[in-house]
Amino acid sequence: MTALRPGAIGLRGLTLGYERHPAVHHLDGTIPAGDLLALVGPNGAGKSTLLKGIVGEIPALDGRVERSGEALAYLPQADEIDRSFPLSVLDLASMGLWRRLGAWRSLIGRRSEVVAALRSVGLDGFEDRPIGTLSGGQFQRALFARLILQDARVILLDEPFTGIDARTTADLVSLIRDWHAEGRTIVAALHDLAQVRAHFPSTLLLAREPVAWGPTRTVLTPANLARATRISEAWDENAAICARDHAGHGHDHAQEHGQEHGHSHALADAHDHATTRDPHHHADHGPAHAHTHRHGDAA
Amino acid sequence: MIDQLFAPFLEFGFMRRALVGCLALSLSAPPVGVFLMLRRMSLMSEAMSHAILPGAAAGFLVAGLSLPAMTLGGLAAGLAVALLAGLVTRSTVLKEDASLAAFYLISLAAGVLLVSLRGSQIDLLHILFGTVLALDDAALLLLGGIATVTLFALAALYRPLVMECVDPLFLRTVSRAGGPVHFAFLALVVMNLVGGFQALGTLLAVGLMLLPAITARFWARDLSGLIPASMLVSTLASLIGLSLSYHADLPTGPAIVLAAGALYLVSMLVGPRGGLVYRLVRPRHLEA
Repeated sequence: MTALRPGAIGLRGLTLGYERHPAVHHLDGTIPAGDLLALVGPNGAGKSTLLKGIVGEIPALDGRVERSGEALAYLPQADEIDRSFPLSVLDLASMGLWRRLGAWRSLIGRRSEVVAALRSVGLDGFEDRPIGTLSGGQFQRALFARLILQDARVILLDEPFTGIDARTTADLVSLIRDWHAEGRTIVAALHDLAQVRAHFPSTLLLAREPVAWGPTRTVLTPANLARATRISEAWDENAAICARDHAGHGHDHAQEHGQEHGHSHALADAHDHATTRDPHHHADHGPAHAHTHRHGDAA
Repeated sequence: MIDQLFAPFLEFGFMRRALVGCLALSLSAPPVGVFLMLRRMSLMSEAMSHAILPGAAAGFLVAGLSLPAMTLGGLAAGLAVALLAGLVTRSTVLKEDASLAAFYLISLAAGVLLVSLRGSQIDLLHILFGTVLALDDAALLLLGGIATVTLFALAALYRPLVMECVDPLFLRTVSRAGGPVHFAFLALVVMNLVGGFQALGTLLAVGLMLLPAITARFWARDLSGLIPASMLVSTLASLIGLSLSYHADLPTGPAIVLAAGALYLVSMLVGPRGGLVYRLVRPRHLEA
C-alpha cells in the first residue's frame, strides 16, 4: 500500500450497499489530491452511497476507503437538520469552526470571521435570523458558509444545486472553483451535464459499477452515457452471492485474481486516460447467470 | 394573598424542606426538559421515568423505604434501560421510541410486581406519587447534588449537545462526540428523573421536567430564553403547588404538577410566541 498524498482518496475494491445488495460495486481508483471531480450517473447509480461511504456514514460491504486522515467536509443531499430548532444563521455557520474551537473555546473573537463567510455566500444581514425562516436556497447558502468555515482539505458535495436558482448556483459554483484553485480535493455528485462539462475537469460516471473515470470530455460521451442508463436500478432479490474476490483479504488479491482470470477488476490508479469498462458482466446477477470463475468463500 | 402563599413555608419546617427540594429540582430538570422537547423526545422521557420503577422497587425490597437504596436502584435501572434501548436501536431495525416502549412496559410491570411482593398499598402509593413533604437531609442533599451536576454538565456539553440536536450528521462527520454526548444527556435525564421521583413519585417525575419546558416555548424564542423561562415556570409551579396543597389539603405531588399544568394552559392562551390569543388577533403584516 503506497502512502496517499494528503487530500487524496483511495478506493480499494470498494463495495457499498444496503442489506448486502451493492449500490457501488467493486470500485477501484484514486481521487488525486486537488481534483475537482464530478460524480455523474442515473438515479440509483450509487453517487450518494459512494459519498456516504467515503465519509464513513455507511460501512463498506467489502474493500476499503483510504484517506490520509486530513479534515473532511461533507454536504449531504438530504440533511438531517432540524430546521424548527431555535438557532440563528450565525450559530449554524459557526458550527463549521468546531474543529478549531471544539466544545469549549469561545466564539466571541470569531464573529467577524463567521460574518465574512456569510457575506461571501450573499447572506449579509441574515446573522440573527432563525434558520427556520430561511428559504431553501438561502439555507443552502448558509450551509456553504459553514463549509467555508470548516476549511477542510477534502470537500464532498451531494447534489448541492438541486432546487437552487440559477444565480445562487452560479455563486456557489464560483465558490467551488475558488476552493479548487486553493488545491482542495472536491467531489460533487451532480445531474446537470452542461455544468459538469463547464466546470469540472474530471468525472466519474457511475452506474453501480464504474462506467468511466477520467477527464470529463472523454467520460461524458454519448456511448458511455447510454451504457450508464441501461444498467438496471432495481435490486434483484435473488441476486447470487458475488464471488469476485477482493482487496479486503489482507493481501493484494484483486490483482492476482485479475491476472488469473484474464480480466481486470481494478481501474488503474492513475486514470489520466479515460478508463472504460464493460459492466454487463456483473450487472446481471440472476441465478441462471452462473459465475464461472467462482472461488474463495462466499461473503 | 402573598401572605397566604408564603405562610406555610414560614410556619412549618417540612414545608420549607419541600420548597427547597422543589427549587433544586426546578433548576435542574427544566433545562433538561427543554432539550428533550427540542429533540422531540418528550414522550421518551415519560417512558424512561417508568423504567426507574423496578430499580426503586428492588431497592425497596432489599432495604424498605430507604432513600439511598431506592435511589441507587432507580439510577441503575434507568441507565440500564436507556443503554439497552440505545443498543437495541443501534443494532436492530427498531427505532429508539419503539425499543424504549418495549423496555419501559417490561420495567413498569416488573416494578409494580416487585413492590406488591412485599409492600403495602401505601408503600406503592409513596413510590408512585412521591413523598415531597417527607424529604429528609439525605434527600435534600441528593436533589441539590443532582441540580449541581446537571447544571455543570449542561454547561460543559452545551455546544455538542445543541449540534447533536440540530444536525447530528454534521457532528458525526467532524467529531466522535455525538455518541458520548447522547449517552451523557440520557444519564442526565435519568438522574433528574430519579430526583423527581423523590419529590413527585415515578408517575409524575417528568412533570417538573417537561411541563415548564413546554410552557417556556410560548414565552421565549431561542435557547438563551427558553432555559431561564422554564426554570422560572417550574419555580412558580412549585411555590403555587406546595402552597395550594397545604391550604386545600391536597396531595402535594399532583398539586405541583397541576400548578405547572395551569401555567401551561395560561401560557398557551396568552404566550407571546405563538399563543392562541396572538394567533387570533394578528397584527398587520410588515412591508418587507
